[in-house]
Amino acid sequence: MALTAGPVAARSGDAATDPPGSLIVARGLTKRFGDFTAVDSIDFDVCTGEVFGFLGPNGAGKTSTMRMIAAVSPLTEGTLEVFGRDPDADGAEIRARLGVVPQENNLDEELSVADNLYIYGRYFGMPRAQVRARIPELLEFAQLTERADDKVTVLSGGMKRRLVIARALINTPSMVLLDEPTTGLDPQARHLVWDRLHELTQQGVTLLLTTHYMDEAEQLCDRLVVMSDARIVAEGSPHELIASYAGREVVEVRFVPGGRDRALAALDGIGSRQEVLADRVILYGDDAEQLIAAVRRRDVQVASTLVRRASLEDVFLRLTGRGLIE
Amino acid sequence: MSGVLRVLEGHLVAYRRTWRGNVVTTFVNPVLFLSAMGLGLGSLVDRGDQLGSVSYLTFYASGLLAAQAMQTGVGDAAFPVMAGFKWTKSYHSALATPIAVRDLVLGQAAFILLRVALAAFAFALAAAAFGAFPLTAALAALPVALLCGLAYAMPVMAFTASRESETALISVFRFGLVPMFLLSGTFFPLDQLPTWLQAVARLVPLWHAIELVRAITLADVSAWPWGAHVAYLLLWLLVGAVLAPRFFRRRLVT
Repeated sequence: MALTAGPVAARSGDAATDPPGSLIVARGLTKRFGDFTAVDSIDFDVCTGEVFGFLGPNGAGKTSTMRMIAAVSPLTEGTLEVFGRDPDADGAEIRARLGVVPQENNLDEELSVADNLYIYGRYFGMPRAQVRARIPELLEFAQLTERADDKVTVLSGGMKRRLVIARALINTPSMVLLDEPTTGLDPQARHLVWDRLHELTQQGVTLLLTTHYMDEAEQLCDRLVVMSDARIVAEGSPHELIASYAGREVVEVRFVPGGRDRALAALDGIGSRQEVLADRVILYGDDAEQLIAAVRRRDVQVASTLVRRASLEDVFLRLTGRGLIE
Repeated sequence: MSGVLRVLEGHLVAYRRTWRGNVVTTFVNPVLFLSAMGLGLGSLVDRGDQLGSVSYLTFYASGLLAAQAMQTGVGDAAFPVMAGFKWTKSYHSALATPIAVRDLVLGQAAFILLRVALAAFAFALAAAAFGAFPLTAALAALPVALLCGLAYAMPVMAFTASRESETALISVFRFGLVPMFLLSGTFFPLDQLPTWLQAVARLVPLWHAIELVRAITLADVSAWPWGAHVAYLLLWLLVGAVLAPRFFRRRLVT
């Protein structure tokens, strides 16, 4: 069932009619709160039909950027075009065509699942009959059909999140903004959400998401920007970024308690690059087998070694010296 | 305009959850107060024969009609509005749609107006049933109740929007609502108070509303020309109506 193929009568956003090219164009985009700069002159483009990600730790400026795109937060400096329009001037028109999944589940917990959807749908100016027809479709998408009349407060965290995502689709938007869509969810719930998002992308909906989970970014995003301290530090597909900044495979060597300095001295020089963390050192190179062999040859006492493929976490570590999750 | 109606509809849909209990208290409360104070206390007061030809029940009911409009207006503009900012965050979620800040404020005000109207109508029925004054007089006084309710609701909405903590709202009830209730002529004619307190009472919007109601229900003359009373109530309403959207916007659009 195509979630975005709603009744023909009034469709506020239609993926098929969005122009190819950039749905969002940001140049020098800046957001300041008093003295604090949350977003520092960033440039990016989001193309029709892609899944675009903002990857970075908490406080990087992702949410502030999303709120400006969603036309709920005025720009401080720079230019931003969403659907070819200026959010500060044409906010209502932009919001009418967007779906927004905020970081917090801002549902009315005292109301039922269906009532939450109904009221939200009406805010878009959709006729009553059309809203009522959408609700069963959205409940099925969120797998909450049996819960339609339950108060939101009795739902689990994962269910509430699915409801917020479903709610964001009520106006059949052609672009959906998701701020940390799976934060706080257990692994099963996360995969359910990812499946639903996959469905959306297959229907041609453009997705914009922020996350601090590298697996989410790798799984979902066609392209992403890495944000840190209000700036964009890298841009590209997950594959390109990993290849550029982290190589293919890495070897993690964990120290024995108290053996950090001795181990570091002994492992000096192995691999093309090393990242030293509190409890381990990460060795980067072309061939994991060679790296492991080199570690064994040095005959140093280590707690464990781990081989894994390089990830966006490594990219972020390389670019900023910090981890994605602090 | 359409945005305002949709916000109002949202409030009405949410009200479906609680309206039954609400409506019961709305109709029962006047009965309780009118029998206890109007009849019970009234039978004592009337013996003193201080109110001229007017029974205490009639005197008191006229005041209470406006007073409970004030109470509804203040009550609905305080904690429910804070809830929209802090607990349900319904204002924030609404602003992600084409709904504007102005729609939120006016839609909330429209809902409060409906609640004030319902309470006033229930009171009018009860007062007429008790024989305080004819139903026609009570219904004629309804517009005053609406004006009074809004004259309180708009400034309180603005105040709530400007406060981070709900404890500030308790101050509104403790230091605003209760003193105004007592200093408004609801329970006794104002000239029973020392002169300086009477002057303070002139500032209370409720006093102005009560003067208007009593002019209607007692076929009496109000202390000021009725236009002046209306103007004073409108002044409070307009100040609130100007400040509320401003404070809402400051809080919601960051």
